[in-house]
Amino acid sequence: MFSSRYWREIPQRYRMEAAKCSGCGTVSFPPRLICPKCKGRTFEKVRLPDQGKVLTYTVIHVPATPFKDEVPFAIAVVELDGGVRITSQVVDCDPATIRIGQRVRTEFRKLQEVGDAGVLCYGYKCVPA
Amino acid sequence: MREVAIVGVGMTRWGELWEKSLRDIYVETALLAMEDAGVDRIDSMVVGCMSSGLFVGQEHLGSVLADYLGQAPVPATRVESACASGGLAIRTGFMEVASGMSDIVLVSGVEKMTDVDGGDATYALGTAADQEYECYHGITFPGLYAMMARAYMHQYGLTREELAAVAVKNHENGSKNPLAQFPMQVTIEQVIGSVLVADPLRILDCSPITDGAAAIILCPLDQAKKISKNRPVKIIGSGHATDSIAYHSREDLTSLEAVAKAAERAYKMAGVGPDAIDAVEVHDCFTIAEILAIEALGLVERGKGRTAASSGLTAIGGKIPVNPSGGLKSKGHPVGATGVAQVIELVKQLRGECGERQVKNARRALAQNMGGSGGSSIVHILEVG
Ligand SMILES: [Zn+2]
Repeated sequence: MFSSRYWREIPQRYRMEAAKCSGCGTVSFPPRLICPKCKGRTFEKVRLPDQGKVLTYTVIHVPATPFKDEVPFAIAVVELDGGVRITSQVVDCDPATIRIGQRVRTEFRKLQEVGDAGVLCYGYKCVPA
Repeated sequence: MREVAIVGVGMTRWGELWEKSLRDIYVETALLAMEDAGVDRIDSMVVGCMSSGLFVGQEHLGSVLADYLGQAPVPATRVESACASGGLAIRTGFMEVASGMSDIVLVSGVEKMTDVDGGDATYALGTAADQEYECYHGITFPGLYAMMARAYMHQYGLTREELAAVAVKNHENGSKNPLAQFPMQVTIEQVIGSVLVADPLRILDCSPITDGAAAIILCPLDQAKKISKNRPVKIIGSGHATDSIAYHSREDLTSLEAVAKAAERAYKMAGVGPDAIDAVEVHDCFTIAEILAIEALGLVERGKGRTAASSGLTAIGGKIPVNPSGGLKSKGHPVGATGVAQVIELVKQLRGECGERQVKNARRALAQNMGGSGGSSIVHILEVG
C-alpha cells in the first residue's frame, strides 16, 4: 500500500473519526462529502464509540495474499453503539466461540505488513467486550 | 426506442485454459456468435470484463480485441461492473441498438483468471468490494457471502443441508451442459464434507476460478429476419441498479436490494411479473447467493428461498427452473463473461436447443447478474420473437 493511501486514512483507522451530518444527524464512517440521507454538506467531526455487537461473522480459511500467514481468522460485521457498522476482525478469542449478538469492543492493533520493507499498517480490530 | 433482438450466440467450453490467451478466447467466441447469426460484419462492439488489468496486466481491451478480431476501426467499448460486467455489456449494446446508433452490435464478456495464483485471484476479486473498509481488514468474497449465509441462517433457520441442495441441483444441471467447467454431479454429503473456505461456506458452495468468454449478436427486431436466419429472441426488459459498496452498510444483511430494484425496473419495462417467467439464470457465485437472488426477484417470498432447491421447486422440471445451465457453480465463473453466458443459455432454452436440460415450453426467461456482494445488479428479460 502506497504511503499516501495509508496516511490519508489515519484519522479513521487510528482514531475512528466519523462525520455527523449537521442537518439530519446521520453519522457516516468513513466521513463523506455529502450525507447519504439528506444530501447535506456540513458535518461535525465525531469519534465512534468503541463498544458494539456482532451482527454476522465468518472465519476465513482461504485468504487474499496479504493475509496468508494469519488463517484461520474471524471477521465480522459489527454494529457500534449508535448504529454505525464496520467490518472488523474479531481477535483474542477462539473463532468457534463467536456468536451473533455478542458484545465486542474495538482496539488499536496492527492490521497488515505491506511491501518488501514490511511497512506496518495499524487500525481497529474487535475483541470480546 | 427500437425493439432489440438477439440473433446469434457463441460460447466455448470454459475451464483452466492455460494454452489460450484472453484475446484467443475472446476471438473464438466472437466468431462463433457471428457465424451463428450469419453476419460477416458488425457496426460496433461492447466488451464486459472485470479486471484484465489485475488478471493479465492488459487494459484498453476495446482496441486490443477489435484489432485481434480483425474489426478495427469499428467503435469498441469496454464496460465494467465487477462480476456484472457481462450483464452491463448486454445492457450497453441493447441501448446502442435501441437508440438507433448502431444496427449490428457484437456484445461479449471475457475473463482470463488463471494467469495469476489463487491468492492474487482472491485479491483481484476483492477489488469489487470496498477495498479500504472491507478488504483492508482481511475479508474475501467468499467471506462476504459467508456472512450473508450466517445472517440468513440466524434469521430464517436455513440449514447446512438446504444450502448444499443448491450446489447439488446446479451440478446436476451442469452435468447435462457440454460447455460446463465442472460437469460432475455432487451429493449433499460431499458439499458438507468439502474443505472450508469461509465458514459456513465450503469449496463446493463456491463458484470456481475460470477462463472463458461468451458472445452474442444484437440487432433491431424489425431487421432481424433480413440479417439472420435464426429465430430472434427479443430483449423485452432491462434493469440495472446499485447499492452501497460495503456489505456492512446495507440495512438488511439478508437481502439483495440492487437485485430487487433491477428486477422491478426490468419487469416494468417488459410489462410482466415474476409469474410470467418460464426459466431463470441467477448469479449463484455462492450457494447462498441463489437463495437471496430468487427472493429478490420475487420468484419466492422472503425467507422461502431456503427450501427452493431441496424441495425441487427450482429443478429443471420444477415450477421455477433456476440455473438450467448449471449456473456459475458448475458452468464456471469467468467473472466478466458470466452475464453474457447466462443470456446465451436462455436464448438456447427459448430456441429449444438445450437437449437433456431443456425447460419444456419456455417462452419467457430472466437473467440476473450481480456485481460484488450486491453493489450492482443487472436483470434482463427475454421472450421468443
Ligand atoms: Zn444528513
